[in-house]
This record gives sequence, structure tokens and C-alpha cells, in this order.
Amino acid sequence: MKVSADTFGQDNDLGDDAYKYGFVSDVESELAPKGLSEDTVRFISAKKNEPAWMLDWRLTAYDHWLTMDEPDWQKPKFPPIDYQDAHYYSAPKSMKDGPKSLDEVDPELLAVYEKLGIPLKEQEMLAGVAVDAVFDSVSVATTFRAKLMEAGVIFCPISEAIQDYPDLVRKYLGTVVPYTDNRHATLNSAVFTDGSFVYIPKGVRCPMELSTYFRINEANTGQFERTLIIADDDSYVSYLEGCTAPQRDENQLHAAVVELVLHDNAEIKYSTVQNWYPGDKNGVGGIYNFVTKRAVCRGKNSKVSWTQVETGSAITWKYPSCVLLGEGSVGEFYSIAITNNMQMADTGTKMIHIGKNTTSKIISKGIAAGRSDQTYRGLVRMSPKATGARNYTQCDSLLIGDICGAHTIPYIECKNKSAVVEHEATTSKISEEQLFYLRQRGIPEETAVALIVNGFCRDVLQQLPMEFAVEAQKLVGISLEGSVG
Amino acid sequence: MLEIKGLHVSVDGKEILKGLDLKLGTGEVHAIMGPNGSGKSTLSYVIAGRDGYKVTAGDILFKGNSILDLLPEERAAEGIFLAFQYPVEIPGVANTTFLRESVNAVRRYRGEDELDAMQFIRVLRKKVAELGVSDDLLKRAVNVGFSGGEKKRNEILQMSVLEPALAVLDETDSGLDIDALKIVSDGVNRLRDPQRTTLVITHYQRLLDYIVPDYVHVLANGRIQRTGGKELALELEKNGYAAFTGEAA
Repeated sequence: MKVSADTFGQDNDLGDDAYKYGFVSDVESELAPKGLSEDTVRFISAKKNEPAWMLDWRLTAYDHWLTMDEPDWQKPKFPPIDYQDAHYYSAPKSMKDGPKSLDEVDPELLAVYEKLGIPLKEQEMLAGVAVDAVFDSVSVATTFRAKLMEAGVIFCPISEAIQDYPDLVRKYLGTVVPYTDNRHATLNSAVFTDGSFVYIPKGVRCPMELSTYFRINEANTGQFERTLIIADDDSYVSYLEGCTAPQRDENQLHAAVVELVLHDNAEIKYSTVQNWYPGDKNGVGGIYNFVTKRAVCRGKNSKVSWTQVETGSAITWKYPSCVLLGEGSVGEFYSIAITNNMQMADTGTKMIHIGKNTTSKIISKGIAAGRSDQTYRGLVRMSPKATGARNYTQCDSLLIGDICGAHTIPYIECKNKSAVVEHEATTSKISEEQLFYLRQRGIPEETAVALIVNGFCRDVLQQLPMEFAVEAQKLVGISLEGSVG
Repeated sequence: MLEIKGLHVSVDGKEILKGLDLKLGTGEVHAIMGPNGSGKSTLSYVIAGRDGYKVTAGDILFKGNSILDLLPEERAAEGIFLAFQYPVEIPGVANTTFLRESVNAVRRYRGEDELDAMQFIRVLRKKVAELGVSDDLLKRAVNVGFSGGEKKRNEILQMSVLEPALAVLDETDSGLDIDALKIVSDGVNRLRDPQRTTLVITHYQRLLDYIVPDYVHVLANGRIQRTGGKELALELEKNGYAAFTGEAA
């Protein structure tokens, strides 16, 4: 299906200046016909030239999806999603012939990423950061692949991994988040289009930061990416993802699945800076960000650390979780969630302690402004075998103004007498006193708010890789523009 | 430097200042003394432009221009500094970060180039050495877990970094032991300068032994009741404020 150029650009005047990534790029796309059916699944699988086992897995997931109900236990409520009113595949036409190297990638696409501040030409990039750029349903470029391969690290689009490393993909795909997990994850299993695949072999410390940059461009589409990271024994990798989308007055669905597998003594640091279009001041438009992320620490003494900065999306529904199976394994969750205007977020984590002497730490910072509403929802489960397990949870909420809401819902299930679970929570407001104090020192009100909020989030911002911490700090300020005065 | 004319101020509908007149010349040090509830803190807040302090009549002129329409941050950038009686805690924000943000915000307002991290550290190091403030204070979050003395010293450090044209010290002596009082006073005296005006608001005469004023004003019932030299402070110490509040001593 062709989309003519006049479809683009019409949504550029929604009037929210704060969101600087709201532009639409005039890229001619190849789309799947609207709607979701078995044919859609077959269409996607055929586009990706997938082997039969992959198509079968997708179709099984699709059949299962038809039997499932929409989850409704979360706090944000929204009108039913019309799954037939979207395209499930959208790829820039220039990608049809599959460019083999960066030099062959459509300059138009490179320009889009340039505009987003992500140059894809290796010589212009941040030294030490490799990028996989996913545009709608396809990966358009992955940098530094050759260099990483020298260390034995595989970093490529998952669609390529299915072709080139079918054994690895088959061995791990769906083992952390099964296709039956929840309705959004099941939908993803049926129609996922691209995402990143990472394999770090035994004993390798990945020589660079890996990152994936997700961009939704096309209207009436959803993005369903799937990321799979496998860290073999004694390996280490730090991975970061960023996301943006154009400003539109329709809601677009983003239902991703991320699976992490950790073997003995492996460590994965997974950071997210989520800045999808949040909708306008009145809650029109914005992304529905319904994401399932989970890590399994299979090996002993393995460690996974999730750090997320969630500033975008109309609705965020996301609980990056850790299954701590291996003895002495460690799970960490550091989160900043900022909601402004009419945004809603229901986010948190699950720490499932199964192995002996497993430990987990949860630091959650929620900032609500405008008429927004957010919930921290976290589960800590100490199973009968988790002798000597420990958890520490700290949830702090900061309210700006008096018409927003913040809620903390901890679930604690402890079935082992020796396990220790600690939970601390605070709720505070930015006081007029604090603002006046900073303003009396010459600091304008909005800068003062950004400073106070950055201070509030400091424990989490410190967890981000240095290259991204500065950007994240700026984002915190930008996200709260217009929240006072 | 500062001229206050017939100033009436209400807080929550209650009139606190009732026709206050005050004139501070450039390079002078003035002290305002008065009993609790006389409007001393209100005066400092209204000069700094705090929300909720409503000017119902009169005017405040700074360097000859009315500042009533200026935001607090604009007044600060114009050169008005308020040392707080109760400095506020800002968790997670390093003192150095805050100070640099402050200095650069003021420089932006004045159309000057911002200081980069290295330039700023040089300025700060110098001030820190002059005031005898410990380096540790710079790394800690603004006022969080500071002792009473450290909080006040931090106020003086900010003042010396910002070098304001008008410094208003609101009960800077409250909660200070004698050693801290000396350090704070030394800091204020160091900034005494023919170009700079200081307004010291205090309850007790004690502070004025260290920061010797050119003029002393008695504030009671929302107005300046009497103005004199530094000897007026001693008289107040002896006789109390009863003569000005209409209450028996």
C-alpha cells in the first residue's frame, strides 16, 4: 500500500512546542493493509522472509491472543483499542532492497536521525556507543557491527538474527516472556517486526555501550519491537534505548517485549530513556506505551539492573522485572517517571526471588504535575526456596500543583522465613518556600522546578551511563515545562 | 539605593505594614529592630517579592526605579539579596550546582556570558578560602543536614559569590552561637563597600556589636517608629520595645 506525501505534515501544527521530536518525516512507506488477522501475521513473516518455525510461533501466539481479554487492573483507563484500525507493518520503501552497509542507507533516513540528535555515521558518533536505529517496523541501520564482532559480540536487528543465528533465537525467544504472558505481549509475539538482538559470549565484556533508537513515524501504525539480549557466563553489557514519535492527535500503540537472559556471573545494565509523544495539554493524542520487559538471572551471581526515565507517552504501562533464579543473583530497578498535563503512568517492577541469597533493590521516583496521574506498582515475591533473600524498596513521589495524583501500590509476598523485605515510601510537594528561595537567588521559576526535580531524582540519574545522564537531566526539565505558574 | 514610600502590605487580608517609610543610601549599613510580629520578616519578603505579600499602597524604589512589578528572580538579578532566617533545604542538589545555576542565571539576565564549570570553580574557591567555609559544604545537598551555623554560613557564602548591591539579612543571628556569629559577621563586614548597602533585621542588639550600623530604625505596629544612630540599639536593649508598642514594659 502506498502512502502519498500529502498524508504527511498535516499534524505539524498541534501547538505544543515543548515536544521537539514531534516532527513527521516525509518518507515513502510500504504498509501492510490495515487490520489484524492471520493474513497480517503471514504478511509480516513473509516480508521478513522467515523460516517456518517462526511463522508457526507467531500464528500460535495470534490464536492465543484471540482468546485473551484486555488487562483492566491498571489504574489508567482508556477507550477500547480498535485493533483493526491500524497498520501492523510500515517500512521505508528505500529499505526494500535491504541496504548492506551504512553507505547504502537512504540519506533521507540518516537525516531523520541526524535531526533527532543521533548521527548514524560512525565517525560522527559518540565514541564507544553502537546504535541500532529502528524506524517504524524495520531496523534501518546498525553501527559498529564489525567492530563488535571482533570481540565476538553479536548486535543486529532481530529479523536478521532469525536468519543468521536461528539456533540462538529459537533457544531463547519466548523463554523469558512466553507468548501467553499478557495480551500486549501476546500481540507482540504475533506481529513483532523488528528490534535488537544481542549476544555476549562467555567471558566478554562488551567493548562499547549498545543502544537502540526507536522512532515511530508513520500514521495509523503501531510499533511492536522485540529485543532479546543474552549474556553468557562472565560477560557484561550496558544497553540503552531511546524512543520518540511525531505529534499526532490520534493515539498510537507501542507494545514491545524485551527479554534478557543472564548466565553465571553475567551482568546486564539496561537503561531506557522513553520520550514518546505524550499528547497535548488536553490529553489529545500520544502513545500508548504498553511494554513487557523481563530478565531472568539463570546463572549464579548474575546481576541485572534496569534503569528507566519515563517522560513521554499518554499512557505508560510497564513493569521491567527480574526473575532471580540463580543463587546469589541480583536485581535492581531504578526508575524516574514524570507525568505532566493529562499523562498517566502505571509503572513499577516485579522482583521474583527464587534462588538462595538473591538480593534486589528498587528505587522509584515519581513526579506528577498538571492533571496527570501516576501509580507505582511493585511486586516483591520471596518464594519458599529463597533462603537468605533480601529486598530493599524505596518509593518517593513528588507532586507539583494540587490537581495531580501519585499512588504507591506495593505487593509483598513472603514465603520464606529468613527473607528480609524492606519498604520505604514518601510523598512530598515542591514547596513555595523552596521555589522562592531559588528564585531569590536569581533562578527563574521553571529552572528552579527542574533543579528541584533533578535533585529529587539524583539517585536514579546517577545510574545512567554518563553519556546519557546529561541528556536525561535536560529532559526532566523540558518535560515539566509549563507545570508551574 | 533603596527607598520605601508609604508602604502598606497585607498577608492573607491582614495588614502587616501600615505606611512604612525607609531610605537607605548607597554604602550605608542600616539595622531594623523590632518586637515579634512587628512586620520585620514581612518587610524583607516584600522587598524580595515573595508571593502572597500584597502591596496595597506605596512603592519600593531600587536604584530609583519601582520594583513592584518585578519577579523575585528579576529583583535578585538586579542586585537584591535576601539572607534567609530559615534557609531552605533542596535535597539532591549539590551546593556547588545550585550556586553555579544562581550565578549563571544572574549573568544571563544581565546579558553576560555564563561561567563554565572551571571558571566558576575558580571564583568559588576564592570565596570559600576568604570565608573559611569547608569544602565539604560545597559537595553536600543545599542546606540538607546542615547545622544552624552551617546554614547561615552558606547564606553568607552565596551573598559573597553573588556580590549584591543590596543585602537584606533577616535575623541572621538567630540560632547562632558566638563563634558562628563572628564568622557570619566577618563575612558581612568583608562585603562592606561604598557601593553596597546592607539592611540588617534583628531582634537583639548582640549582632550589632559585630556588624556596626550607621543607622538604627525601630519597627513596630507596621511602621518605622524611630530612627537614630547605633546608640539607639543600646537604648532598646535596656528599655525594650514597650515605648513603641504601647504596651507596659
